[in-house]
This record gives sequence, C-alpha cells and structure tokens, in this order.
Amino acid sequence: MPQHRIGAQTICFENRPRILATASVAGPKEGRGPIGNQFDLVIGDALFNQESYEQAEHAIFLEACKRCLQKAHIENRQVQAMLGGDLLNQIMAASLSARELSIPFLGLYGACSTMAESLTLGAILTDGGYASPVLCAAGSHFCTAERQYRFPLEYGNQRTPAAQWTVTGCGACLLGQGDEGMARITMATIGRVVDMGISDANNMGAAMAPAAADTLTAHFRDTHRTPMDYDRIITGDLGQVGSSILRELMKENNYGIPDDHYMDCGLTIFDPKEDVHAGGSGCGCSATVLSAHILPKLQSGEWKRVLFMATGALLSPTTNQQGETIPGVAHAVILEGGN
Amino acid sequence: MENNKQSSARAAKENYAALVKRLTPKSKLAQGCLRAFWVGGAICMLGQAIADAGAVWLDLNSAAAQTLASMTLVFLTALLTGLGIFDRIAKYGGAGTVVPITGFANAMVSPAMEFKPEGWVLGTGAKLFTIAGPVLVYGISASVVVGILYYFIRW
Repeated sequence: MPQHRIGAQTICFENRPRILATASVAGPKEGRGPIGNQFDLVIGDALFNQESYEQAEHAIFLEACKRCLQKAHIENRQVQAMLGGDLLNQIMAASLSARELSIPFLGLYGACSTMAESLTLGAILTDGGYASPVLCAAGSHFCTAERQYRFPLEYGNQRTPAAQWTVTGCGACLLGQGDEGMARITMATIGRVVDMGISDANNMGAAMAPAAADTLTAHFRDTHRTPMDYDRIITGDLGQVGSSILRELMKENNYGIPDDHYMDCGLTIFDPKEDVHAGGSGCGCSATVLSAHILPKLQSGEWKRVLFMATGALLSPTTNQQGETIPGVAHAVILEGGN
Repeated sequence: MENNKQSSARAAKENYAALVKRLTPKSKLAQGCLRAFWVGGAICMLGQAIADAGAVWLDLNSAAAQTLASMTLVFLTALLTGLGIFDRIAKYGGAGTVVPITGFANAMVSPAMEFKPEGWVLGTGAKLFTIAGPVLVYGISASVVVGILYYFIRW
C-alpha cells in the first residue's frame, strides 16, 4: 500500500502544500450576486472586448491566471506546471491560455469538478517534490456552454425549474511550498464515477448528487471523521435540487450534514432574484467561489478547516442523445487555514 | 448471483429516481398554460389585425392579406430576436410564442446569429437549420405523404 494513502480513496499530503495566491474573474451577473464585490475583476459585458464568446472565455481564463501570478509576485517562467480545464470542446480556454503563458501544461477535463481535480493533482506534484509552484485553474462561460450543450442564446425557450445557470468566470490558485500562504491542502479524496440513471440534461444536480454522496461517504469512512470536523462541507454546483438530494443521501449513510456546516457554491454565487432557477453551475462556479469567498475566509481564520468538493456531470450531448445516462464525478480537497 | 446484483442495482436506481422526483420542483403547469394562451392568442390577434388592415386599406384579397400577416410577424420576430427581446417574451409566453409562425422565425434567426463567428459558410450557412431543420424535414415529408393519399382518396 502506498504510504501517503488512508483508506480506499483518500490521500494525505505529508508536506501540506500551500495555496500561495488566488485570483478570480467573473461575469456581470456574477458581479451583481451576493459575493460580487469579492472577485478580483468583474467584467462589464460577457464579450469582454472580444469577437466571440469562446475568445472571451479564453481571455477571462488568461486574466485570472495572470492576476494570480501577479498577486504571488511570480513570473510565469518560474511556474513549473499548469493544470487546468474548462467546458469548451478540447478545453480550448485553458489550452489557449497555456499557449500564451508558456508554462508546462497538463490539460484536465472533469466537467464542473475540474477545480478540485486540478488542486488534487497540483497538490500531489507539489507534495511529492515534482513541481513548485503549480498553477491550477478552471473556468466556464454561460454563452459558450449554452451553445455547446443547449440552444443558441437568442432562441426562445423556457428552462425547467431544476435547470442551472452556467457561471461566467475563472478562478486560479497558485500552489507551492513557500513559507506563507492563504491555506494548506492536507488531504484529497478522489471520486469514483457514479451513475444512477439520470438522463435529464436539465437536472444536473440530480445527476451529480450520487457521485458527491459517494465521495463524501468514502472520505468520512477513510478518515474516520464526521461532517462536524469541518467548518463547512462545500459542494461545487449541486444547486437547489442536487443539494437537497445529497443531504438526504448523506442522512441515509449516517453522515447527515447540519445546515450550518453546509454550503453549495452554486447557491452562493447568484442572487435568487436573477432567475437562475436551481442555481449556478460550470467549472467556473466552484473555482470563482473558492478563490473569492472560501480561501479568504480560511486566510482570515474565520474557518479553520473545510472540505471543498467540486462536482461534475460528465455530460456529452452526443451520447445523451443516443440514450446514454449522465455519469457524475466529485473530488474532495481538504483545505486548512493557518500556518 | 449476477442476477441478484443486477436487480439490486436496478432497485437502487428506481429508489433514486423516486427520490429525485420527490425533490425536483415541478413546472407550474396552470400558470404556463394561462400565459401561453394569452400570449399566443395576442400574437394571433395581431396577425388577424394585420390581415384585416391589409384587406381594408391595401385592398388585398384574402390570400394576399394572410401572406402580409405572416410576413409582418416573421419580420417582427426576426427584429425582436436580433434586438435580444424575443427570448424574454418566449421565456414568459412559452408555447404561446413557439406555436405561431413567430416560433419558426426565431428558430431560424437565433442560430444564424449564434454561429456567425464561425463564418458565413461553415457557421451561419451550415448551422442555420439546426433547430428548424427537423420541423422542415418532417413537416414536408408529412405533406408529401398526405398529398399522395389525397391523390388516391379524394374526400
């Protein structure tokens, strides 16, 4: 058995890699939300001075990465690895940003779980002494996701109450072994792909909740901890429907999560008045909330230890139309404040 | 053994589907129908008003007056789609805006705008019918079938 593992799915980081700096860029609707003033940059319009939304998504991704490096006072040539992804086909926002930054790049696709996936892998690289610092980032854009997964923007249709709104934004974190930072990564639980037969692409929360419950249960079983050991159990983008399903499932598994220990990024980022139905979603949802809201609270000491679990619906419009159901995946990262 | 495993997996999925059904909010059917009724009715009334106006003021015969109504509604929809207003009306009106000719116009104009960044040929040209295509294919196919039937069975 490898020495840094506990239980079936959990890794312990001996050197507890630090998050040295973080930055977030968010769209206008996100900027009007409850945590709007916590983002590093809120863009004025969804095109961000570009000619297409795909270019805008790339520009947002690049801007978040650049700002993160600036805040850490580190040049891009000093960064030894970049791990990131987005929702575009061929993860182009991340790939194009990596082209510009010219940092050794490992592209990731974990749908909306990408931020936790990149932090897990980044922490492994840093902890093992293979690379430091490492840049981890994930982003998404409402307008490109709509086109790819649903309909043209101006097409008139009604969204179902369970549908979620893809977040426009990107969050980036720089991991390393420095002397001080915002928080440390102490553990990670890598999730299995779980599919409970949901095929409704308008109910992603329901597709992802079983994977989230599976990873959380595995984490508590592996570590012999309970939800009370964390100031917050934070899920990525389960939204209203997925969150209530997750908490129901966790109660069945005897790891019930009390209200004041639970938070979902998808329910945090938007003002409910914005008519986003079941809440926010997308890679950028957990990434921007992590960067703008969660890490500052760990740095200030308001929270001591949280479980950050980004949840992904591995939806492909092609296989979905062919009758395949939607597999879900969720990865958990344990973040601790203080030095 | 293998059978047991399969049936317990199926049972778990069925239980889960029941849980999802219980916790997923439902669309408001009555509200949706009411809104579709009045928005759809208003669009049709506008069409009728345009046809009547054409007949009275432009001295059009009934076929030409109806064509004028269709053309005007298609133009207005295209304009409102371009201005980013139509999708808001449709969000409220639902089927009330989809069923009249306005829905078809919107289904043509919105992909034309959406795929413009990929160019006139491979973008707008190739993707123009992504939404309206199935309606045309099956609409025209059905009319061919009905036409053939009508040729043999005059009623």
